[in-house]
Amino acid sequence: MTDQQQRDLLHDEVEAGTTTGLASPSVDVTSARQNSLWSDAWGSLRRNVLFWIGAVLTVLFAVMAVFPQLFARGQDPRACDLANSKALPSAEHWFGYDVQGCDYMANVVYGARNSLIIGIVAVLVVLVLGVLVGALAGYFGGWTDGILSRLTDVFYALPLILGALVLLRVGPSTSIPIINTRGPGAVALALALFGWMTAMRLVRSQVIAVKSSDYVAAARAMGASNTRILVRHIMPNAVAPVLVYTTITIGVLIAAEATLTYLGVGLQRPAISWGLQIAAGQDSIRTAPHLVLFPSIVLTLTVMAFIMMGDALRDALDPRQRA
Amino acid sequence: MGRYIARRLLIAIPTLVGASILIFAMVYALPGDPIRALAGDRPISPAVVQVLTDRFHLDDPLFVQYWEYLKGLLSGDLGTDFRGRPVLDTIERTLPVTIRLTIVAVIFEAVIGLIAGVLAGIRRNGYFDNLVLVSTTVIVSIPILVLAFLAQLLFGLKLGWFPIAGTRDGWYSYVLPGLVLASGSLAYVARLTRTSIAENMRADYVRTAKAKGLPPSRVILRHTLRNSLIPVVTFIGADIGALLGGAIVTETVFNLPGIGRELFDSIKAQEGAVVVGIVTLMVFFFIFFNLIVDVLYAVLDPRIRYD
Repeated sequence: MTDQQQRDLLHDEVEAGTTTGLASPSVDVTSARQNSLWSDAWGSLRRNVLFWIGAVLTVLFAVMAVFPQLFARGQDPRACDLANSKALPSAEHWFGYDVQGCDYMANVVYGARNSLIIGIVAVLVVLVLGVLVGALAGYFGGWTDGILSRLTDVFYALPLILGALVLLRVGPSTSIPIINTRGPGAVALALALFGWMTAMRLVRSQVIAVKSSDYVAAARAMGASNTRILVRHIMPNAVAPVLVYTTITIGVLIAAEATLTYLGVGLQRPAISWGLQIAAGQDSIRTAPHLVLFPSIVLTLTVMAFIMMGDALRDALDPRQRA
Repeated sequence: MGRYIARRLLIAIPTLVGASILIFAMVYALPGDPIRALAGDRPISPAVVQVLTDRFHLDDPLFVQYWEYLKGLLSGDLGTDFRGRPVLDTIERTLPVTIRLTIVAVIFEAVIGLIAGVLAGIRRNGYFDNLVLVSTTVIVSIPILVLAFLAQLLFGLKLGWFPIAGTRDGWYSYVLPGLVLASGSLAYVARLTRTSIAENMRADYVRTAKAKGLPPSRVILRHTLRNSLIPVVTFIGADIGALLGGAIVTETVFNLPGIGRELFDSIKAQEGAVVVGIVTLMVFFFIFFNLIVDVLYAVLDPRIRYD
């Protein structure tokens, strides 16, 4: 099918009013007559306070991950003096000092990079796995769907932290690349391997819902191939729910990374990470609670930023909620 | 109904076996030397290594090992750890702690979640509704790990209301960890109840009840709440299965000797038999409670029929 034919097809759909309401964003023939899903969503996002709080925090932490020097107030996180061990926050050093006598604010600020890298890389792998398995299962159905869905059930029955914990514990003694490094890549991969199931189910149900719609039947009648229908017609419609899911999941995975690192199987010293800081501060929680408090607050704000944006996106992208 | 349950059971068994193979493969098939780990820095004689290797089938291929394990499992034998203690004993010792923790968590989840959800749902977009929406967003965003430390700092150390570690104070020592463990689900229950109530408040039968002149409390409690509870009850049911397996962090931070912490210690010590045993049990709980919930759905909502 040529692009021209497809444009005509979409055009006819709109005229006849047979679309599912989620017109393909790749060819936007609807813009002249009615608002698209995305411009409607933007309109409602713009007025959502929680979205703006989340967006501002996300930008802040993203800048912090790329240019931590800007936020460290001129301190080097690795320049330490044991004389300052566990010193409390002061006007000069807002977050005080850690056990080693290093400036704590610089350490907390430099921790953003690992958290964000792991969260984003893990979510990308989750998307690749989830979209691939989900699209195959939903589109082909039958025994393909049966096998892939059972496989998903098996992984789904294992809690995320648990599966990643076991894999990362045995990982370093294996010869599997990436998994045996104890680095951010290993943590991201372990999280993704035990966290792709919800994405798969989401994509699968979207594909099944769209597959039986009129415009897919029309495309098939015009001789479009399986690949083309999947890529041009079905995928664009799954974008909205997957986007919401992705945003929230980045937050969830960042929290999971901190937990795994806290439990001792994630990032290892001398890496700078909030999970390591919380684990180290735990021992002096009575004398120097700021050592647990500051990385905890920053970690929570990061997770919250993504969850708030995801929540706002869901409200904005769900046309049924609009009165 | 009977046929539906039978079919669900038939699907549940391969899931359980699949999950246990997955965890078994990770624990056993990957290289690494648990016997060496057991010995630590001390020297260990080749004869001892040989005996232990034979007893735990460490030289056999993975599927032989799994088959041996499955044979034992079906006759109620979960194997022993490398020190010779039966895994079943370890589970019997630690499971009651986790069950108590789960009970406390579910009570918090149901009571606080339901009350907050009902109050938010009956006046949508009111002051309390917005309060619930914002506070649930915040609670969901706080990692369990952080919440556990915050609770310890605030209620344990600053205010001194609750013990922050161990189980010496009986049920009272489960209050703080139970609240922490419940927090995420609690927020979800509140939101679920809110949405469900708000939807049902617009339903025809509620309008009828109001038109009959029933007092507002009766309309809400007898008419709206009853029907709104169906999704909430099923969520809480399924959540029991998840909570029983989700307490690794809470039990570790609060130093509770339950299966979650036992599992964490066993993973660190590479005690394969204990890890596989506990994880299989957790997966069993998860699948079992999900099955119960699916059946419960049909009982609570007569519109759903499975045949």
